[in-house]
Amino acid sequence: MADITTGALRRTLNLARPDDVYNAIVDAHRDLSEEQCRAFDARLILLLANHVGDEAVLREALRAARETMEET
Amino acid sequence: MSSYTYRHYPYTRPAELDGQRTRRPVVIVGAGMAGPTLALALARRGVPSVTLDEDDTVSLGSRSICQAKHSLEIWDRFGVANRMAEKGITWEQGEVYLHDKPVFRFNLQPEPGHKFPAFVNLQQYYVEEYLYERCLADSLIEMRFRNKVLAVTPGPDGVAVEVETPDGRYTLEADWLVACDGVRSTVRHLMDLPYPGEVFHDRFLISDIRLLSELPKERRFWFYPPFHPTNSVLLHRQADNVLRVDFQLGSDADPEEEKKPENIDRRLRQMFGPEARWEHEWTSVYTFTCRMMERFVHGRVIFAGDAAHVVSPFGARGGNGAIADVDNLAWKLAMVLAKTAPVSLLDSYCSERRAAAQENILNSTRSTDFITPKFHASRVFRDATLSLARDFPFARALINSGRLSVPTVQPDSPLDTPDGDADWLRGPGPGRAMLDAPVGRDGSGWLIDRLGPGFTLLTFGETDVPVGDLPSGVTGVRIAGDGLARQRYDGRPGTTYLIRPDRYVAARWRRFDAAAIAAAIRRATGNG
Repeated sequence: MADITTGALRRTLNLARPDDVYNAIVDAHRDLSEEQCRAFDARLILLLANHVGDEAVLREALRAARETMEET
Repeated sequence: MSSYTYRHYPYTRPAELDGQRTRRPVVIVGAGMAGPTLALALARRGVPSVTLDEDDTVSLGSRSICQAKHSLEIWDRFGVANRMAEKGITWEQGEVYLHDKPVFRFNLQPEPGHKFPAFVNLQQYYVEEYLYERCLADSLIEMRFRNKVLAVTPGPDGVAVEVETPDGRYTLEADWLVACDGVRSTVRHLMDLPYPGEVFHDRFLISDIRLLSELPKERRFWFYPPFHPTNSVLLHRQADNVLRVDFQLGSDADPEEEKKPENIDRRLRQMFGPEARWEHEWTSVYTFTCRMMERFVHGRVIFAGDAAHVVSPFGARGGNGAIADVDNLAWKLAMVLAKTAPVSLLDSYCSERRAAAQENILNSTRSTDFITPKFHASRVFRDATLSLARDFPFARALINSGRLSVPTVQPDSPLDTPDGDADWLRGPGPGRAMLDAPVGRDGSGWLIDRLGPGFTLLTFGETDVPVGDLPSGVTGVRIAGDGLARQRYDGRPGTTYLIRPDRYVAARWRRFDAAAIAAAIRRATGNG
């Protein structure tokens, strides 16, 4: 991963049951159209962003998401 | 059609046409909201001025209708703010709707203990009328109606202005020229100065109507209402039962078609129901624009208000920003004219007000982007926010239909002295506007009424401080006892705030230190 320095964002596992959580996220999108997926994800992101509350963490997550995209 | 009767202010043949050549300290171009406010602020400091306006009446159309608390506090010094508040509609409540249902209500001023409310809605023509009346009654102010600026010739220590009147042309010599002549500034054009910025594609249709029945006082904002299902609608009440209805048209709309009364009426009928009756007052189509001059001071020519910077209207930062501009300028210009400050003090007008304009542009652009998303994902997040808002209070805070216009922060101004003490829990630090609070024995007075025309030294505690040792023209205000003022300023015995003539905090200390105060005043007046 290029140029993402360790900051406020947690990079190691923080989930007790990672497979369950991962599948819960994916399953929640089942049967949604592309447009509905976008709307759903937007709601989810806003709910989680408010819960996280830490702007530094969120900004780092935004950067990480964007930078890892540019690598693909 | 208008419920407002436009009076024509008298034109008087200027003495220059008959050979008089008196150089004027300040000539102001434009008698909108900013020009007369500047004239009054200068007159309060003993500076005479001449205001030139090509027209002879007040604003055509209601235009800038939300008069913010900080503007009212400025106008209050000229004794016109109470009249504005009485005539206008005081509102603190707002309501946001999604489709046909209310999503949430908000209160703009949850905090009591201020002389003026967060906003008063009053048409610009009333604001100008009240300001004109005060100007016309002031012997230091000359209002020259039907005096059109034809040419501006800047010199090294003055400006010559060529003016056209019904009786012919004359030249007016001035030490300083202040252009308050609006977004299409004649002075800016004559000097061929660029006005860089951005024009957005979305159009809005303003329809002012006089409704012949009572309506709630609150501001209402609809996203996707049944009567305008693809866009947003804003409703604001003004004086005289006039309503401003602001329809978002989108980029593909035909403004001429939308402006037709029958098309407006069709939407209004859906909005207000079959029983409602109204009369049209004023209709206008506007496009969002954000522009700012690179410098507000060009030699002896100074630009203020829409002439210097323009923002999109959501958030009420156009008119209110202009009033803050001239309040920042007036005391500096008066000191420069009195030779108690160097000309370079005016550089801080440019840097402080450019920073303010940038903050205003940022805020109004964010509102604009929320109301009219510029790309698909932006719209997806906007709509997600709206649909979460009913059940999740956090999302209500994200809905941006125009943020409250509050005094901008002036960070790192060369006039301000940074905090030396580290134990401030709250209170307005250097670069922030002072806060009003009830004062006096029974709390019936207001802090803003105690401020002087120059610098004010605000102290806390039971003993008087030796204000007499300070430079002349400093007003001392001491706050004793325990009250809102003490809380708002984190005031403890010895706490001292130095407040600039434009009500911004220049410096603050935990102990009274006459030498530090004198140094801060020198710094705040460009004499440091």
